[in-house]
Amino acid sequence: MGDLLIFVNFYLLPGLVLGSIYALGAIGVSLVFGILRFAHFAHGDMMTLGAYLALTVVAVTGANPMLALPLAMIGTAIIALGIDRWFYKPFHDKSTIVLVIASFGIALMLRSLIRVIWGVEIESYSVGISRPLVFFDSLRIAERHIWIIGSTVVLMLIVHWLLTRTRTGKAMRAVSDSPELARLTGIPTERVIKATWMLGAALAAAAGVFVGWDTQLQTTMGWNLLLPIFASAILGGIGRPYGAMAGGMVIGLAEELSTYPWIGTEPLLSPGYKTGIAFAIMVVMLIWRPAGLLRGRVY
Amino acid sequence: MDQFIGILNYLIFLITMAGIYGVMALGLNLQWGLTGLFNIGVAGFFAIGAYVSAIMTTAETGKHLGGYGMPFALGLVAAMIASGIIAWGIGRICIRLRSDYLAIATIGIAEILRLILKNEGWATNGARGISNIPRPFETLPGSLAPLSYMILVLALVAVLYWFLERGQKAPWGRVMRAIRDNEPAARAAGKNVERFRIEAFIIGSALMGLGGALTAHFIKFVGPEATDPLMTTFLLWVMLIVGGSGNNVGALVGAGVIWTAWSATELITARFTGDWAVRVPFLRLFLIGLILQIVLQKFSRGIVPEKLPEGRSEVD
Amino acid sequence: MTVLTLRGVTAGYGDDAPILHDVSLDLQPGEVVAIIGPNGAGKSTAMKAVFGLLHLHGGQVWLGDEEITGEPPERVVARGVCFVPQTENVFPNLTVQENLEMGAYILTGPLDDRLDHVYGLFPPLLEKRNQAAGTLSGGQRQMVALGRALMLDPKVLMLDEPTAGLSPAYAQQIFELIGRINGAGTPIMMVEQNARQALSVAHRGYVLVDGRNRHQGTGADLIADPEVARMFLGG
Repeated sequence: MGDLLIFVNFYLLPGLVLGSIYALGAIGVSLVFGILRFAHFAHGDMMTLGAYLALTVVAVTGANPMLALPLAMIGTAIIALGIDRWFYKPFHDKSTIVLVIASFGIALMLRSLIRVIWGVEIESYSVGISRPLVFFDSLRIAERHIWIIGSTVVLMLIVHWLLTRTRTGKAMRAVSDSPELARLTGIPTERVIKATWMLGAALAAAAGVFVGWDTQLQTTMGWNLLLPIFASAILGGIGRPYGAMAGGMVIGLAEELSTYPWIGTEPLLSPGYKTGIAFAIMVVMLIWRPAGLLRGRVY
Repeated sequence: MDQFIGILNYLIFLITMAGIYGVMALGLNLQWGLTGLFNIGVAGFFAIGAYVSAIMTTAETGKHLGGYGMPFALGLVAAMIASGIIAWGIGRICIRLRSDYLAIATIGIAEILRLILKNEGWATNGARGISNIPRPFETLPGSLAPLSYMILVLALVAVLYWFLERGQKAPWGRVMRAIRDNEPAARAAGKNVERFRIEAFIIGSALMGLGGALTAHFIKFVGPEATDPLMTTFLLWVMLIVGGSGNNVGALVGAGVIWTAWSATELITARFTGDWAVRVPFLRLFLIGLILQIVLQKFSRGIVPEKLPEGRSEVD
Repeated sequence: MTVLTLRGVTAGYGDDAPILHDVSLDLQPGEVVAIIGPNGAGKSTAMKAVFGLLHLHGGQVWLGDEEITGEPPERVVARGVCFVPQTENVFPNLTVQENLEMGAYILTGPLDDRLDHVYGLFPPLLEKRNQAAGTLSGGQRQMVALGRALMLDPKVLMLDEPTAGLSPAYAQQIFELIGRINGAGTPIMMVEQNARQALSVAHRGYVLVDGRNRHQGTGADLIADPEVARMFLGG
């Protein structure tokens, strides 16, 4: 197999898959930070929740994870609305830092509940190994990778359509730009907040399903992704959903490509440390340009 | 008699751990309660302290970095210094930004540490962790050994409490409060707000490292699960919020109450068997989380509310 | 009937000491009313009191014969009162057209007629309609802000220093537009630093000092008043 194909099969494609997952998570984090003005620490665990909801659907119906995806997204969106109603809304008019504490509490409550309901064993959507599809003799793409990357593109197009073509989507961007002006303009903030939770949670659920599909399901999977997702949102600029998409892709690709033997034959970075790339990028951004590449907002 | 000793040892364990959490709660109160700094990476600083002290003091095993056989006290100091240095680095980067960024960066520290523990087996013995960490007074007979350690921990809590109370009444503490309550005014008065914040962040994180070291010596073992936020970070936050953030008595009361509740409910969940034995303990965590939410919403000043100067309303 | 009335309003931010003390203002149909006064006199605060953005210690706000004291901004907007703040008065990352659409958020039907109307008043905005509002010049932003407020065909238009930071030529243009909008029947209450120009456009004016009513009268009277002239009109 040629070097290029090795690069594509083992570095570029996994990078795109990881980037898709980060991007989907980061859009929600960025929107919530932009509109509700706080870092949502339960976002990773919402991803876990989505993944486990899909697991139940897959287990009950024996369906492909793709078919379970919409149900997991809807289920997670509904639960997110409930969480907002009972645990975040009481603080909407208060200091947002209390919301960070509340969301941190929610993160661990969600994870605890997932462990009570689904147990702590490692799970997966399918049994057995699926063969990759082979193109041009040697370009091997796992079927699930095609689904993951393809669905991410579709979901991003939907997000784009929502944010630029629908009244509520435009209002979300308006509130993110200036909450004060949005209120003075007569935009009902509470409604926009609900829409934000539904969109953010649905995308988080999708990201969670994709992680579970690509690897396996663990109750800590979402929490462990929180750092790269925040890093993606910061890289793209807080409150900028398109920045979050790009940021997620950049960090996903950077993590996978950092282990390619660019110089000599050894991996440039030991694979065990590739998730540290996200942290490094984030630290650089915080020092050099906290507003992000697309000039979001610094709070 | 055996039963009595069993209960006694349990009480000693309970009080020792509550005391160790008390040390860390004082640190978190300094960061959040008094300075408004948001640290969600407590587990990271805890683990740094635990590992540093373990490596410094444990005898040669050939399985991990260490074998220096340093005295216990030196291990504690090294743990605090290591945590403090990491805190300084993070503080330098994030202190000017809003608290959310600091919180994100602190979970980053915990995450990187998790990677190091996982990958650098030569230094940390990987998933098997470091065992046989020496505990002071462990050669004393019977319950006297843990009792002496308990007294040591409580003495540390008392000393730290005394220092922090003095610090708060000193000009340093008054500036801290002024910064938290009205930053622009403090700036206008010519105070170097960043420097004060970094100081509070370093001292608080050093106390978390100290807590990690004390725990490692107490249980004589440290493993990679020390970076798990579920226990350290989460419990500590619940302790501070329930106890009443902003005052040291509240932090200590919270540590005692929540640790007691935590341990007591463990006695109940331990009765479950089979698959449920694994799951039910998490119901306990869920309930602790629920208590946090209820306190945040309904009793935001905690069991021992901060005494506020005249004319100022609640913290939030 | 009076369009908008503030009756004995005492208000401030949060529980802090009030900024406004027993302030009374009113706006009659078809009028332009200017509120002038030194910095920190509470001029902008008086406008925010209408939108429930302040803590009212006392007094009432009436829209026509309905009391709207303390109603949240979205409700006040739904009643047809539109406000253009002095700063941050556009959504910088939204396009010009999206900014205008947000002004009519509470309308559900098609907005084409309203957009045509606003583009008719501000022709330069038409060619920039797909450009992000944050990239426009100060004067053009002011047009977007005014246009957004006009999307609802408001019963009352409230402007907070509409010419602040603009060049004299642009300020002149904005004053002319205010005249035209008012000429079409919309009553306007505005706060202005540019006191002489504002009073020459306005039918009546109020002078606030230290959060209290100090003078009131027709624009011409106030310009002629020696004390007002000495304080605000540069002698």
